[in-house]
Amino acid sequence: MSDILEIALRHVQGFIYPNEVEIYWSVLIAVYPYITGLVAGAFIVASLERIFRVEEVKPTYRLALLTALAFLITAPMPLIAHLGHPERALEIMFTPNTSSAMAMFGFVYAWYLLVVLLIEIYFDYRKDIVTWARERRGIRGAIYRILTLGDYDISDSATRRDEKIVNVITVIGLPSAAFLHGYVGFIFGSVKANPWWSSPLMPIIFLFSAMVSGIALVLAIYVISSVIRGVSPDVRCVDKLASYLLYSYILDLGLEFVEFSHVFYTREEGFEAILALINEKLFFSMIVVQVIVGAIVPVAMIAVAKVFRMPDRARVAVYTVSAILTLVGVFAMRWNVVIGGQILSKTFRGFSYYVMPLLGPESASIAAAIMVVPLVILYVLVKILPPWEERAETA
Amino acid sequence: MNRRKFLIASSAIASGIIGFRLARGEEAEGRATGYIFVVDVRKCIGCGRCVRACKIENEVPLKPYYFRTWVERYVWLKGEKDLKVDSPNGGFDGFPNIYSEDEVAKSYFVPKLCNHCEDPPCVQVCPVGATYRTPDGVVLVDEKYCIGCRYCIQACPYGARYLYPRDGPRESRRNTADKCTWCYHRITKGYKPACVMACPTGARMFGREDDERILRVLEENSVSVLKPEQGTKPRVFYIGIDSEVR
Ligand code: SF4
Ligand code: SF4
Repeated sequence: MSDILEIALRHVQGFIYPNEVEIYWSVLIAVYPYITGLVAGAFIVASLERIFRVEEVKPTYRLALLTALAFLITAPMPLIAHLGHPERALEIMFTPNTSSAMAMFGFVYAWYLLVVLLIEIYFDYRKDIVTWARERRGIRGAIYRILTLGDYDISDSATRRDEKIVNVITVIGLPSAAFLHGYVGFIFGSVKANPWWSSPLMPIIFLFSAMVSGIALVLAIYVISSVIRGVSPDVRCVDKLASYLLYSYILDLGLEFVEFSHVFYTREEGFEAILALINEKLFFSMIVVQVIVGAIVPVAMIAVAKVFRMPDRARVAVYTVSAILTLVGVFAMRWNVVIGGQILSKTFRGFSYYVMPLLGPESASIAAAIMVVPLVILYVLVKILPPWEERAETA
Repeated sequence: MNRRKFLIASSAIASGIIGFRLARGEEAEGRATGYIFVVDVRKCIGCGRCVRACKIENEVPLKPYYFRTWVERYVWLKGEKDLKVDSPNGGFDGFPNIYSEDEVAKSYFVPKLCNHCEDPPCVQVCPVGATYRTPDGVVLVDEKYCIGCRYCIQACPYGARYLYPRDGPRESRRNTADKCTWCYHRITKGYKPACVMACPTGARMFGREDDERILRVLEENSVSVLKPEQGTKPRVFYIGIDSEVR
């Protein structure tokens, strides 16, 4: 660690408190809100179909649920990997300090995983699981027989009951998704010592960018998995998702605009430092990656594809590229919040310097590895619980 | 989904909890007399003895990124609008003379340490309650309980906290949050904190709230605290600083 700190110390600019040389929340803490954002966003996509009966996005309903689950299972990993004493992690749940926003993590997480997502997926798949449990032999059959939880009743009344349960859970789940990510924003927004974080808008901005990233993720996974499976993606569905992406982007950008107007208009303490932070320290990751490449370009691309009614295949391709750029842009946003907030010294007189090691604890490679985990989990989930209708029927 | 309601509800819950905590904190305080720390920057000569004494007394790693206390130098040069601040190695080795005497309009040294806030944000945010405030008003970290999440480090407006490094000399403290304790192990036995003992000019003063000597100093001088706008109610009082010191 101190080799890194020696490098960082050489790059420190202006005056910072001596203890501020170390950036205490590393890239892993940028990954954490990114992943929970994807969970919340993917769940919101799934809920659209359920609650608002949007027929077009039906092909992605189950895929979105499984995506949310895969990312939710991954969400605690960056946090735990970052703790100085991971073996004490469970204390957050056993002896929580009620005044701490972070102490909520375990409860919000458990609620969301155990109550909302698992129940919704179980009841949505129950009929298929029972069918598979009866048809399949060997290990797969055994897995399905366990997954039935002993309930083999798939009469009409039972499936109607399942439907109802899923509907109720979705209604509970939607605000829960909002809460899940709003609370992550609150962890940062409530740190009044840090002018770059301290803002009551933080939870809302996090929530909207979560929606943006979740929609983009589901869109990208849907198109790419279709290509891998050798089927053509449903164009109406992709169109609809792209529209949602566009609308939520407009809301998101509007909110961020309000936030920046506030900063620039009120010129509170630390304003000059924030200005320097944006202009010098975060210029590339914020102005170039987050704003231009990650927001303006994809928004423009989607708009152009829609207005000029490009041919189907080209449109789907444009949407997919926009979705991937969006995912990059939202990650940049998390980075700029988490790292940006820490390189800005609480003296308002200088900047610390973040060195991201390639290997070792809290390094780029660990962060990258953690980002791959949900995709692996999703692959397994898709194998066990195929979300595609045609397979479900022919299986 | 109603986002406004969510916000209102969550802030109501949060403020309710905070209010409750405050009430409890005040109660606890009524029972014991707390401690007070007074820094007279007019007396500080920037020799760095306090920094060295603290690091030795408290097994703080000697590297230049870990401090329980440090000293900053504030310099106003003639004809320049912006002041200059520095703290090479936290003042551990004293301060090299880099300014020539006739260009300096005003300058002084400001010793810094944990403010043992009455409303400590570090205590508020700690998810497991490893950071706490004793009945005599000292903010401490329980090294056996801290999970090393570093939320408290982010929340302290004064940069008073750091993460005890994984190769630090005191094994039980590794990878946990650490900060000035006002030498709790000494003061509870009636001794003064190490930095106060080491200071050759008496720039650092420490005592109980009802200590006559401390009370007189507070009465006779205009005192201020750092970053009062943060609402942390620091218990370290400064004599002779400008508002630029934060
Ligand atoms: S100065 Fe910082 S570490 Fe000390 S009590 Fe206040 S907030 Fe906590
Ligand atoms: S680092 Fe330790 S003392 Fe600080 S908030 Fe986390 S658990 Fe509490």
